[in-house]
Amino acid sequence: MANKTSLTQSNVSGWGFALPAFALMVTFIILPFFFAIWFSLTNQRLISPNPANFVGLSNYTQLLSVGTILLEPERDEQGAIVRTKDGEIKYPRLRKFTRKNPDYPNIQGMREWFSWQTGPNDEFKRVILAKDVVFIRALKNTFVFVLVVAPLQAGLALMLALLINQKLRGINIFRAIYFMPVVVSIVVVAFLWRLIYDGNNGLLNNLLGAISFGWIEPVDWLGQPSTAMGSIIAMSIWQAVGFHMVIWLSGLQTISPTLYEAADLEGASKWQTFRFVTWPGLRNTAVLVLIVITMQAFGLFAQVDVMTNGGPLDSTQTIVFQAIERGYGKQDISGGSAISVLLFLIVLSISLIQRYLTRERHA
Amino acid sequence: MKHLRLTAGALLVSTAFSSVAHAATELAMWYHGAGNEVESAIVNQIIDDFNASQSEYTIALESFPQGAYNDAVQAAALAGNLPDIIDVDGPVMPGWAWAGYIAPLPIDESEFADFLPGTKGIWNGTMYSIGLWDAAVALYARQSTLDELGLRTPTLDNPWSKDEFMAALDAAKASGNYEYALDLGTAWTGEWYPYAFSPFLQSFGGDMIDRSSYKTAEGALNGDAAIAFGEWWQNLFTGGYAQATQDGADRDTGFNTGKYAFSWNGNWAAVGTLENVDDVVFLPAPDLGNGSVIGAASWQFGVTTTSKHPEGAAEFIKFATQDKYLAAFSDGIGLIPSTASAAAMTKNYSDGGALEVFFGLSEAQALVRPVTPGYAVVAKVFEKALADIANGADVADTLDAAVDEIDADIAKNGGYGN
Repeated sequence: MANKTSLTQSNVSGWGFALPAFALMVTFIILPFFFAIWFSLTNQRLISPNPANFVGLSNYTQLLSVGTILLEPERDEQGAIVRTKDGEIKYPRLRKFTRKNPDYPNIQGMREWFSWQTGPNDEFKRVILAKDVVFIRALKNTFVFVLVVAPLQAGLALMLALLINQKLRGINIFRAIYFMPVVVSIVVVAFLWRLIYDGNNGLLNNLLGAISFGWIEPVDWLGQPSTAMGSIIAMSIWQAVGFHMVIWLSGLQTISPTLYEAADLEGASKWQTFRFVTWPGLRNTAVLVLIVITMQAFGLFAQVDVMTNGGPLDSTQTIVFQAIERGYGKQDISGGSAISVLLFLIVLSISLIQRYLTRERHA
Repeated sequence: MKHLRLTAGALLVSTAFSSVAHAATELAMWYHGAGNEVESAIVNQIIDDFNASQSEYTIALESFPQGAYNDAVQAAALAGNLPDIIDVDGPVMPGWAWAGYIAPLPIDESEFADFLPGTKGIWNGTMYSIGLWDAAVALYARQSTLDELGLRTPTLDNPWSKDEFMAALDAAKASGNYEYALDLGTAWTGEWYPYAFSPFLQSFGGDMIDRSSYKTAEGALNGDAAIAFGEWWQNLFTGGYAQATQDGADRDTGFNTGKYAFSWNGNWAAVGTLENVDDVVFLPAPDLGNGSVIGAASWQFGVTTTSKHPEGAAEFIKFATQDKYLAAFSDGIGLIPSTASAAAMTKNYSDGGALEVFFGLSEAQALVRPVTPGYAVVAKVFEKALADIANGADVADTLDAAVDEIDADIAKNGGYGN
């Protein structure tokens, strides 16, 4: 029977044990967090002899400013609409309005984000402009990535977990195989998949060509705006699915086997077993998996940095990639910090929403 | 016990003697060549020779891998730990000078009068750094390709015009023997893009920034000449002459294996190509309207502002820039030595040497990248603009956006002291 000494009783010793980890976390996570908020309100540059000045929210307005303009079609002398060879309506170039045009002070320096036809005969074009189109595209790409990856990866991981939850001989080999991609560094995985996706001699193109007897042409997966993001999504899911599979597995194994026996006795089908026994028991695991995938997905960076560098025509720009490019590559640490703070706010609000939606409802 | 006391006493006495012997001041030097055995050997040789040639100063070398070097210097500067001598990449120098890392070189400029222009690091009229070598780019081709396609061999005095160049690419494409007519090196993302491709822009008559004031890029990067360049650049890819995205392996071996008819590459790859291809010729850059231009400026040595012995550092730099060491570096890593007299001592750049043409190119056509502390931003913005145009973006809008970003950055930093 161990004596209760004052060492184990006192709270001070607890703090003492926790101090190294606590100090490191404060120095490298908490402090930079506050630094980031402070820097985002200044014009701090990474190396500069000038002292940083407080500039308020100008970094944020520069990132998030949007504007709009209604473009009228070009008309010839008779007043008829001028059309191009393909029959498209010809509009004046946006350059005329957004560069050095004092009549439009609100949209100076902005670029087109997207547009649609409007007006009685669809002849006008309503254009939405943004001050920092690359950042807006990064926002959009990151959201698309999260919306696609979260359910897909969670669902795939659940299916794999259900498969490896069986008591078969050698099941541990399968568990190891599915988990192995997680162990490999994401940078190494990205390099390997860059070779797989190569447009000329890539493994994927060779495989597709071999299966289809040459009917499928080689595709430059990472070089085309339409396929680049999808390729990165596929690779990311492949790499991370093993991790969440293990989390689901642990959740599955907490479900009492007596429930399964009871369902079996009642004559439930596989699908009914899943829906009424397995899924309710996985509630908490589902919440955890969803939140973790969402947070990790928002941090998409390594794959983009290694494989596409922001991608053909900004199709693989992401928030973290922009933050690092701006803060570190272009030495504008205040802009990079502003992006980081925005990312923090986005992830925080989404996590809060998720927690609210999945809260325990007390009857 | 008696032995212990004797030993301790002997040790104490010997350290006292040894401290008298090491009266030389130690200067710390940082170099970016870790991992590169040839460079490290030559640098160590220079340091050993310098240490042996006089007794006032000893140089202690610390080598860093090239990729981590700039970060190491910045971190040291923030911590107040900079060494006495550092080497700095040419276009990065103005930024470090502006930030107060490097001091004006305490050596009279006349010492370096016959050095290649690209090797002198001058910002705002003051010389901050000097390079032991320069790097140049040329159009690699096989003599057999030129003969086969019936093309004139361009010379330094009479390079290809834009039409001749495009005709050569057309002929290469039409012959069907090559996967792509031109290997631009788009696999090398990073500093290669501004270094290798801004000369094309400058040859059209544009530039990355307006060099008269260094305060704006308007008119230089989005004027008519630049838009003409942008459209020509886009046509290289949409017309099937070059690849917008390229595998690194193709860049390394593609020209040697005959995949590409022409390759736009630097002299550092020349030695390797000479070993693999018998009849390679290094053609001068085409004149796209405003004269042939190639990039310049590589790594250069400078003295830090925090050095307590700048005169010692200056001694070392003067020692290291002697012709025999310039020649040693050139023979070792294949780069252009800074003076003609050193070139005559090398095996590649002397009269009749295989790479002799590069020295002439560097002398005649080299134009340094914009000399401004804002170059870090200019380079990144320009690289992205080139990549976007290569992928099919609208030329005028992309160049406008690039100009806006560069101008905004310059304004945000108070003109960068130019």
